[in-house]
Amino acid sequence: MSIVTCKDISIEYDGKVAVDQVSFTIEQGDYLCIVGENGSGKSTLVKALMGLLKLKSGEIEINKELTLGGIGYLPQQADSQKDFPASVYEIVLSGCIKSKGLRPFYNVKEKQRVKDNLERLNIFDLRHKSYRELSGGQQQRVLLARALCATDSLLVLDEPVTGLDPVVTAELYDIIEELNRREHVTIIMVSHDVRMATKGANKILQMGRKVLFFGKTKEYINTSYAKALLGGGH
Amino acid sequence: MIQTLQEMLSYPFISRAVIVGILVSLCAALLGVSLVLKRFSMIGDGLSHVSFGALAIAMAMNIAPLKLSIPVVVIAAFFLLRLSNNSKIKGDALIALISSSSLAIGVIVISRTTGMNADVDSYMFGSILAMNDDDVNLSIILSITVLILFVLFYHQLFSVTFDENFSKAAGINVSLYNMLIAFLTAITIVLGMRMMGAMLISSLIIFPALSSMRIFKSFRLVVVSSAVISVICFIIGMIVSYQYSIPVGASVVVVNLSVLILCSLVGKH
Repeated sequence: MSIVTCKDISIEYDGKVAVDQVSFTIEQGDYLCIVGENGSGKSTLVKALMGLLKLKSGEIEINKELTLGGIGYLPQQADSQKDFPASVYEIVLSGCIKSKGLRPFYNVKEKQRVKDNLERLNIFDLRHKSYRELSGGQQQRVLLARALCATDSLLVLDEPVTGLDPVVTAELYDIIEELNRREHVTIIMVSHDVRMATKGANKILQMGRKVLFFGKTKEYINTSYAKALLGGGH
Repeated sequence: MIQTLQEMLSYPFISRAVIVGILVSLCAALLGVSLVLKRFSMIGDGLSHVSFGALAIAMAMNIAPLKLSIPVVVIAAFFLLRLSNNSKIKGDALIALISSSSLAIGVIVISRTTGMNADVDSYMFGSILAMNDDDVNLSIILSITVLILFVLFYHQLFSVTFDENFSKAAGINVSLYNMLIAFLTAITIVLGMRMMGAMLISSLIIFPALSSMRIFKSFRLVVVSSAVISVICFIIGMIVSYQYSIPVGASVVVVNLSVLILCSLVGKH
């Protein structure tokens, strides 16, 4: 069953066309990696999926039944967050903000969900620590746990490994892959690391303002793009 | 010190000022944490200047000052927020532009009507004599409203302060909550400005938040401690001002500054 459908979407950013007539479909359980050079419109596309940018034309359909109205989003980190005084627990709890609605307090069920997700990502022991004291990899785990509190069905990650060292990067990719394989979380990830992308994802979308390639990873690695980027040593 | 405090409170105008001052310090400190973290500290400063202009016009037109300046400053707050999010002129430049323009308009209006006299001085640097009973009642009602709204929407405000994009994606109406912050800030500034003065009111928003961020690491503790710090600094500032006959606004700011220095030293260890 398709969970996200984009039909001919175009987006303007700063007066320029950043995304040009892009169409693709994502099925439930897919792991889609969006790759492309800087300025190819990958992040813009993802922001539009999250409803943060207006479309110039085309439409995005997100299956409300499958996502229960929410999408777990892991945005690129803002500078102001790096010295933000907040505990890990507070941040992960804010992932339940939508289900809380106008009730002034979080209920037992929501707190349990936070506990489950903290344990799932192995950061339960860090819950009283301050976010700004954590390493980059730990911070990303916290944000991932928060995203999982928002929904279990669809996660959208925008360059989640930027600035992380290779070991931590590999760990994070493993976590994401496991969430997809074992728990059937649908994943959409923006990355410029094609080698890693082709390892975990089952579908690839190569952006260059337009769709340069969209299809299965197996087919992608035989294209000229992939060969150029992977240097043939795959 | 207790004795001085008792002596002070025996004057009705001082006890009025203390009640309003405590409530306004509380509101300012709570909102201040969000404003500082969202990099909106300068909005407080801009709004206080707008408030000065509105006050001058209200005096010239013989309208109750709070009744004119509250709506004007609320509108200015929405405007600043809107424009600083999507505009060609960057937020900080825009705020400077609006502050100096409203200050200029205020000064022109005053000099053409009542003349530059003691009133202007009290707007600029605050005075505890500025408020009558009506003002005090309105201030109490409004600041309690600000406190209640803050508590009710605490979690939303946290989420929007920490990560606007995530909150938006999760389905939260981020611009509504940004407007709530702007609205509450505007009211707090107008209420506090009479006592603290247009030039000094923004310190009430910025100092307590910065002080408690040096020491505490969770959002909840930062919010609670900045409220406590703010109220204590206000009371000490009030006593100092009474003892040495200096304007309240200035003495509250200096007490806050000392606390900030102290907190920075403690926070380093």
